[in-house]
Amino acid sequence: MSETLTPPATPTTTPPPAPASTPGRNWLKIVATAVFLVVLLLLPVIVGNGGVAYLKLAQYILIGAVGGIGLTLLVGQAGQLSLAHPFFLLVGAVGYAVLAGDPEESDDLVGLGLPPLVAVIGAIVLCGLVGLAFAPVAGRLRGIYLGVASLSLVFLGLWLGQSLDMFSGGTSSGRNAPVFALFGFEFANSTPAPTIAGVAIQKQQRLWYLFLAFALMSYFLARGAVNSRIGRSWRAVRDNEAAATSMGVHVTRVKAGAFVISSAFAGLAGVMTALWLDLVKPDENEFTGTYSLTVAIAFLAVVIIGGLGSVPGAVVGATLVFGLQQFFLLGSQQFGWFADAQFGGFSAVVVSAFVYGSAIVLVILFEPGGMAAIGRRLLGRRRSPDVPSTDDGGRTTPREDRS
Amino acid sequence: MNTFLQLLVNGLGKGAVYALLALGFVIIFKATEVVNFAHGSLVLIGGYLVYELKDSLGWVLAAVIGIVGAALAALLIERVLLRNARSADHNSLALLTIGIDVIITEEVVRRVGADIPFIGDPYDSQPIQIGDLTVFRTQAIALVVGAVLIAAFLLTFRYSNWGVAMRAQAENREAAALMGINSSRVTATAWLVAGALAGVAVLFMATQDFSGAGLGRGTHAIALIAFPAAILGGLDSTEGAVVGGIVVGLTEALSAQYISFEFSKSAVFLVMLVVLVIRPSGLFGTKELSRV
Repeated sequence: MSETLTPPATPTTTPPPAPASTPGRNWLKIVATAVFLVVLLLLPVIVGNGGVAYLKLAQYILIGAVGGIGLTLLVGQAGQLSLAHPFFLLVGAVGYAVLAGDPEESDDLVGLGLPPLVAVIGAIVLCGLVGLAFAPVAGRLRGIYLGVASLSLVFLGLWLGQSLDMFSGGTSSGRNAPVFALFGFEFANSTPAPTIAGVAIQKQQRLWYLFLAFALMSYFLARGAVNSRIGRSWRAVRDNEAAATSMGVHVTRVKAGAFVISSAFAGLAGVMTALWLDLVKPDENEFTGTYSLTVAIAFLAVVIIGGLGSVPGAVVGATLVFGLQQFFLLGSQQFGWFADAQFGGFSAVVVSAFVYGSAIVLVILFEPGGMAAIGRRLLGRRRSPDVPSTDDGGRTTPREDRS
Repeated sequence: MNTFLQLLVNGLGKGAVYALLALGFVIIFKATEVVNFAHGSLVLIGGYLVYELKDSLGWVLAAVIGIVGAALAALLIERVLLRNARSADHNSLALLTIGIDVIITEEVVRRVGADIPFIGDPYDSQPIQIGDLTVFRTQAIALVVGAVLIAAFLLTFRYSNWGVAMRAQAENREAAALMGINSSRVTATAWLVAGALAGVAVLFMATQDFSGAGLGRGTHAIALIAFPAAILGGLDSTEGAVVGGIVVGLTEALSAQYISFEFSKSAVFLVMLVVLVIRPSGLFGTKELSRV
């Protein structure tokens, strides 16, 4: 995927100058961001102790956001198509369970009993290293070849998860996700529980704050990377490898780096998945499950709908794809939607697949820049530097002598 | 030795089916440079038509309708969606087909429901006994049908006007258009042929012999294995698709027997990885050159 989804820039017509950003608009932005953050911080209070299901939904969106941010850096910024995201999620989840797992828990399971925070960091580093191990392959391949090659990791993960029971817990029962704890404060239910405005801060509320911290950290790290030298080298490689090389960018190293960073994000999303499900359990087949092809496509949908390469876009995409799926599930459990749907009916999963499938189609047909482009238009801004901005209108590497 | 011979026939039969699917990818890719991720859903559409109609119309007629239906579905996808996304480049179009695939697959899987039917009535579960050798009839027929279709396709591709036009378009779109080749018609026929091949392939895929899994998500996943076949051979090489299909079929059959059934799918992808590391454009694919 060496090209981007933005329509070719027409060199003859210079775009109109950007409307001078008025101070009023800046204030508006700051206030809006602050309000949004306050709402996020107070979400457990807003939904109350009875609305834990909504909190779970919001947590799930954050998982999608963290993973989606990682993928948008790889696919949108560095121009490398990858369908291997679920594999790194699996590595992250199993890595966390192994590193933090209680050694006494079971004779059949490997657990190192490390402090949970160390285990999270360890799982992320582990994912980065696995991503690095794939770099020799990733560095040699381009576009669709890389996409299908990365698909092999999903199948490999399926097989490894099934055969390495002592790490993964096996497909039938899985293993418990170790409780996260920070300096002795456990992210589990406790009595008495601290309260905020009368709402008890129990396990799910605590996890929400943990996930929020993870997501904000990921968001700002990714924005930082995009706006820095790293991001510029990614975009240079994406737009034209030959030109990047001549500018002094070490193409192989940059590609490997993008893979490592993206895998690390996916690893964190994997840890979050384990905590969210309270369970680490490898899939039984390759097409449905927590670490399956469906998830690979869902993450790709997040990135496309959000706008390739846009970090805020990935968050919006995650809200749509991951949020809607949980929303429909919630509706079916709480309000009896799709109640007549037995197997083969319009179940929550089917409906959400329809929605995000058609969202992909519509986005590419009508707004290839995704939500990021729509957002920019609404805000009346010109393209920001973190979004694909160049496209030479054709392949950067012409194919010659084709037969 | 007998086991090995059996595996060989089964592997080749499966390989022929994968080759049919991989050819579909390759034709579409050559004509439009779009990688069709919706191929698995074309397979499902063909299979679904057969499943719905075979009881009322008889299997043969249902199979014909299934093949035609898959071909028309492919044409429809191209005409209605891909043609109208002119502003997008071919990589975005590939992503667009993922969206189409999600929708069609969910819908067909939902309609088929808990049935997960087998649709290879005339030949499924009727092994052929030759001496000590037991050969699945499905795979044997698939091998013959696959060989005939592939040969016919390769000959057409080489000698017919359509084949020449298609190769010209793959070589250089603008020059081909200047020579009076109707690009829109070439693209349309490429999708039609690819859809028809997918419709044929599903007749063998959703059987007891081939996979033990009926029409459903499993069929879609099998269609996905044609991806490594096409990539392994080289995405822009028709011969490569055939070789890739056979390699994939044999790898799957042999590793399922000698290593483990669970490993067989990973084995296919591992073989592909090894090939790609050595030859990044596949066995027969055109090397990408960069002009500076």
